[in-house]
Amino acid sequence: MINLNFKNYLLRHLQVMLFTLGRIWRQPLASLMTFMVIGIALALPASLYVLLKNIEQVSTQWDDVAQISLFLKQDINDQKAQKLATELKAWPEITNVSYQSASKSLEEFRKLSGLDSLLDTLPTNPLPAVVIVQPDGKNLQADVIGDLVSRLEALPDVELAQLDMEWLQRLRSINETGQRGISILGLLLSLSVLLVIGNTIRLAILNQQSEIRVIKLVGGTNTFIRRPFLYTGFWYGTLGGFVAWITLLITMGLINGPINELASQYNSQFTLTWLSGSMMLFLPFTGMLLGVMGAWLAVGRHLSAIEPT
Amino acid sequence: MIKFTDVYKRYTNQYEALSGLSFELMDGEMAFLTGHSGAGKSTLLKLIALIERASHGQVLVNNQNLTRLPPRKIPYYRRQIGLVFQDHNLLHDRTVFDNVALPLVIAGENHREIGRRVRAALDKVGLLNKERNLPIALSGGEQQRVGIARAVVNRPPVLLADEPTGNLDPDLSRDIMHLFEQFNQVGVTVFIATHDLDLIKTMPYRQVILHKGRLSQQTEHSI
Ligand SMILES: Nc1ncnc2c1ncn2[C@@H]1O[C@H](COP(=O)(O)OP(=O)(O)OP(=O)(O)O)[C@@H](O)[C@H]1O
Ligand SMILES: [Mg+2]
Repeated sequence: MINLNFKNYLLRHLQVMLFTLGRIWRQPLASLMTFMVIGIALALPASLYVLLKNIEQVSTQWDDVAQISLFLKQDINDQKAQKLATELKAWPEITNVSYQSASKSLEEFRKLSGLDSLLDTLPTNPLPAVVIVQPDGKNLQADVIGDLVSRLEALPDVELAQLDMEWLQRLRSINETGQRGISILGLLLSLSVLLVIGNTIRLAILNQQSEIRVIKLVGGTNTFIRRPFLYTGFWYGTLGGFVAWITLLITMGLINGPINELASQYNSQFTLTWLSGSMMLFLPFTGMLLGVMGAWLAVGRHLSAIEPT
Repeated sequence: MIKFTDVYKRYTNQYEALSGLSFELMDGEMAFLTGHSGAGKSTLLKLIALIERASHGQVLVNNQNLTRLPPRKIPYYRRQIGLVFQDHNLLHDRTVFDNVALPLVIAGENHREIGRRVRAALDKVGLLNKERNLPIALSGGEQQRVGIARAVVNRPPVLLADEPTGNLDPDLSRDIMHLFEQFNQVGVTVFIATHDLDLIKTMPYRQVILHKGRLSQQTEHSI
């Protein structure tokens, strides 16, 4: 018996679900406009999120290019420097070491600067010898690498250890700022979706005032009256979420070409990560939640005001 | 079945629509509610249907004290009252069948039972062949009969009607009144507000007469 009642209950929900979908279907233009508004509002933060995810991915690819330059003390000769380089190579957290002698540094500087005559007048070579250390890509967290840098700097032969990763850190902090910005934007746009759906439901309630009165007169509970409006919000949100997903795919498709071109110019293997699978679930689900919530708010505010007279 | 004890109804504008009203309708009784326009007939029916609440006094219906009924119980209470209005109050975008089915759908009846009871009610009012029509495709008298079918479809113990024949010609009015009599004969308590004195004086039922919100007199009528 309980089983039968439950089946009845589910059947009634299914009926209301299809009935409200039918209502939406019968006003295609107005509904489509609502879907578009919701879709665009959700697609905007989603696209930005996908882009940021991609930037993040690029920045982890570039982790291996992080390197530490060790400027050696002036009195260290070539032999000692070579020895240091071989020693360092044995450290487990270091993958690669290269050595550049002071004279090589001077030569390079001469080539780059074109200041031959000026450099000739100097009595000694002012440039230090440099050992360039490439840390293992696995230990790149800020504190681990900071520790490595200070240990290297403490070595008796080393004057100064400098981490050439500032640009990467800068990129990361830009990325972090971006993520925070997107969270705020996403929140605001979600709020606007809530309001759009709430307003659409409010209009639907006003349109059906006389119907609501009649249902109340023949003994309809608030739960019963609320149900179709909640399902209307459900459909607007879910279908709007699908529109958002399609908008996202189109946007990504449009910028994929130029990005690939850019990547190939930099000899990079980079391709856009779509996140299309998870977004296909995430966007309609978010839309659904916002839709039901917006409808709930609208119904709560307006339903009790409509009483039979 | 319906018992008013010293009931007052004051609207928000301080106008006293009903004053010191006391009367009783027995279980299974049929009665008419009459009086001049503005006498308070609709107001009285609204108190029974809990569309309005009494400002003072006690209204008892089917052993329930309406002054104490909390708002969340009102829908369930209303399912025991069949309501018929002068302007039908039908849903214009739903078929005759769906309109009559509404109280059963609300009560969560199953599909088969709904179909069976709706057809029985439509059969009673003689509209079985119009179940697929929309209300606008019906005449005024037919719409009124749809409204009656909807009011009785879940077999309420009380049937209230506010000027159900207000827009109908005498023959149709007589048919409608006859319908109410039939429901009364199967035990439903029927209370009808009406202006149609010529019609009801030919019928053997009590009249509750209002005058400026007060009980004027109660008379037994017989032909
Ligand atoms: N919602 C309301 N607010 C204020 N006053 C009201 C309201 N409803 C009715 N009234 C007043 O209460 C009095 C009784 O009205 P009611 O509708 O009960 O009369 P009635 O007997 O049904 O009249 P009629 O035969 O014209 O339908 C009237 O004077 C009316 O103006
Ligand atoms: Mg009236």
